[in-house]
Amino acid sequence: MAHPLLTIRGLRVGVGRGVPVEIVRGVDLDVDGGEKVGIVGESGSGKTLSMLAVLGLLPTPALRVLGGSVRLGGVELLDLDEPHLRRVRGARIAMIYQDPMSSLNPLLRVRTQIVETLVAHGVDRRRARERTREVLSQVGLRDAARVEGAFPHELSGGMLQRVMIAMALSTQPEVLIADEPTTALDVTVQEQILSLVGELQAQNRMAVVWVTHDLGVVARLVDRVAVMYAGRVVEHASTPDLFARPQHPYTAALLASLPRPGTAHRATLRQIPGSPPDPARLGSGCPYLPRCPQGDQECRVAEPDLLDRGPGRASACWKPRDRWQG
Amino acid sequence: MAGVAVRGWDLVKTYRGTGGRPPVRALRGVSLEVPSGGTLGIVGESGCGKSTLARLLVGLEAPSRGGAEVDGVPVTTRAGDARLQLARRIQLVFQDPFSSLDPRRTVGRTLAEVLQVHRLGEGADGRRQRVTELLEMVALGTRFADRYPHELSGGQAQRVAVARALAVQPGVLVLDEPTSALDVSVRAELLNLLVGMQDRLGLAYVFISHDVSMIRHLSDRILVMYLGKVVEAGPYDAVLDRPLHPYTEALAAAVPVPDPGVDAERRRGRSVGAPVDLREPDRGCPYQPRCPLAEPVCREVDPDLGALPGGRAVACHVAVRQAGASGPS
Repeated sequence: MAHPLLTIRGLRVGVGRGVPVEIVRGVDLDVDGGEKVGIVGESGSGKTLSMLAVLGLLPTPALRVLGGSVRLGGVELLDLDEPHLRRVRGARIAMIYQDPMSSLNPLLRVRTQIVETLVAHGVDRRRARERTREVLSQVGLRDAARVEGAFPHELSGGMLQRVMIAMALSTQPEVLIADEPTTALDVTVQEQILSLVGELQAQNRMAVVWVTHDLGVVARLVDRVAVMYAGRVVEHASTPDLFARPQHPYTAALLASLPRPGTAHRATLRQIPGSPPDPARLGSGCPYLPRCPQGDQECRVAEPDLLDRGPGRASACWKPRDRWQG
Repeated sequence: MAGVAVRGWDLVKTYRGTGGRPPVRALRGVSLEVPSGGTLGIVGESGCGKSTLARLLVGLEAPSRGGAEVDGVPVTTRAGDARLQLARRIQLVFQDPFSSLDPRRTVGRTLAEVLQVHRLGEGADGRRQRVTELLEMVALGTRFADRYPHELSGGQAQRVAVARALAVQPGVLVLDEPTSALDVSVRAELLNLLVGMQDRLGLAYVFISHDVSMIRHLSDRILVMYLGKVVEAGPYDAVLDRPLHPYTEALAAAVPVPDPGVDAERRRGRSVGAPVDLREPDRGCPYQPRCPLAEPVCREVDPDLGALPGGRAVACHVAVRQAGASGPS
């Protein structure tokens, strides 16, 4: 079997200058070329920081990589210095964000921003101009000529997201990492962006890693899901498997807490008691134990690794699903 | 039959355009009724006017035309006793709980102050007693009285905001996107709390959200808004399962369902529109530039909200004609 395109192993990120507190605590993830993978988690689960670490974009020295490995097509990204990393970012792996203005310069016209990005990656200026027009119409901006000449503030939120996606795609990256890029958008605009990314991904055989808290977006867009809790991946499955038979009690609880098709009107939804653990005060056992209906003495002893639970599935839980109570 | 808790008629709100731009018509004639103890869900996307409507209902802003009353008492924006009395009948809970809590005050002090302003609770002891009751009502313990906002999680802060709204024992809560800022696992807690309090206290809710699944879960009736207008109204299940207005249909199908099979089924054969300019057309139906069903008449005449059997109503030339042809749904 060929190696995955992107391989993340034991990735750890810490916060604080002295003895760091680990907030990403050993993330493993493989992404194949042309595949759509979702990373789901709530705020503080470490999903965004893991991805920023992959691209070498952590705001150091407040946050820094403590260990692990990130290999893209065999190249260890964590060993690259900034100039080399900059060549990888954009050209081979690109990221889009919730706030498009975090990647756009408010003082430059859309055209200038995309052209300069391409020129920085060694494309000649005339070709860069053509490519800019091309990608803007590719992301469904009908009036590409007008959008090109516009400043960011002259465009709507949905249009800015498209411009950001166009900029990310302009260099034809092998991997696109998307960090909740549709969270601030209206649902009908989100629908357009999701279907656009699906089409572009299929056309360009690009891998997509989609970071989100929205299980609906996961159900619609991705092939495979990693669920994060307290800085680690706690479950890993194909999308249909995850929704049909979650293997980690946290995933099961998240799914049960949502009003889904078939939930009775005004019925009591399942609550998850308590709140996520403080990363500075993690004990030796499973970090989900205080909230877990399945937990017992066994779970206090050690934190479970991702354990194999059938083909393409893994769960960081000592209890296989068929031993769950209730 | 239950009484009417909130009534609004022909509510219009126009904001002056800035920098030479034309005026913004945030609300263009919205009427609504919320029965005591019932929930009216208001769903729509940015710019549909749903937050403006919330502000008019609680008297934070005055309508340009039309009016509203709560328990038969007119809504007013004028400071004074009438305003205090209005606040005792209807309260607004905002999307971001932290923005509505004073970071320098403990939860207990924030709640006690509301009681003091409204001269509720007998003395300091009476108020302390009542603060305890309120915290228990929203499933927070007495120990939360000594906490500051920064010591609260998002879900806890939202429950404090609900407790503060309940301090004056209102009959109506206007909830403006109350779950949007919360993590998924905490939303269930708030929805359960709202259902429980409604059953116990007989509260009426105006529940405003862009999240169709939350709206469906909590509402008895729904208004669907688009560019300042109600485009469809009716019982929650009829509106969401058998939408009449093409916008309601697009909205319901756009929301991703956390179930891959159901999501794929709902979307079968649907094409997703290109991005559109949300600027309101000069005349005709405001949805017409995006509408797959638009006919010549839609570019000329803005349809009124027409009543249909089954407690439903729709503002669409085509849907009204089709409903008329096929009988009541």
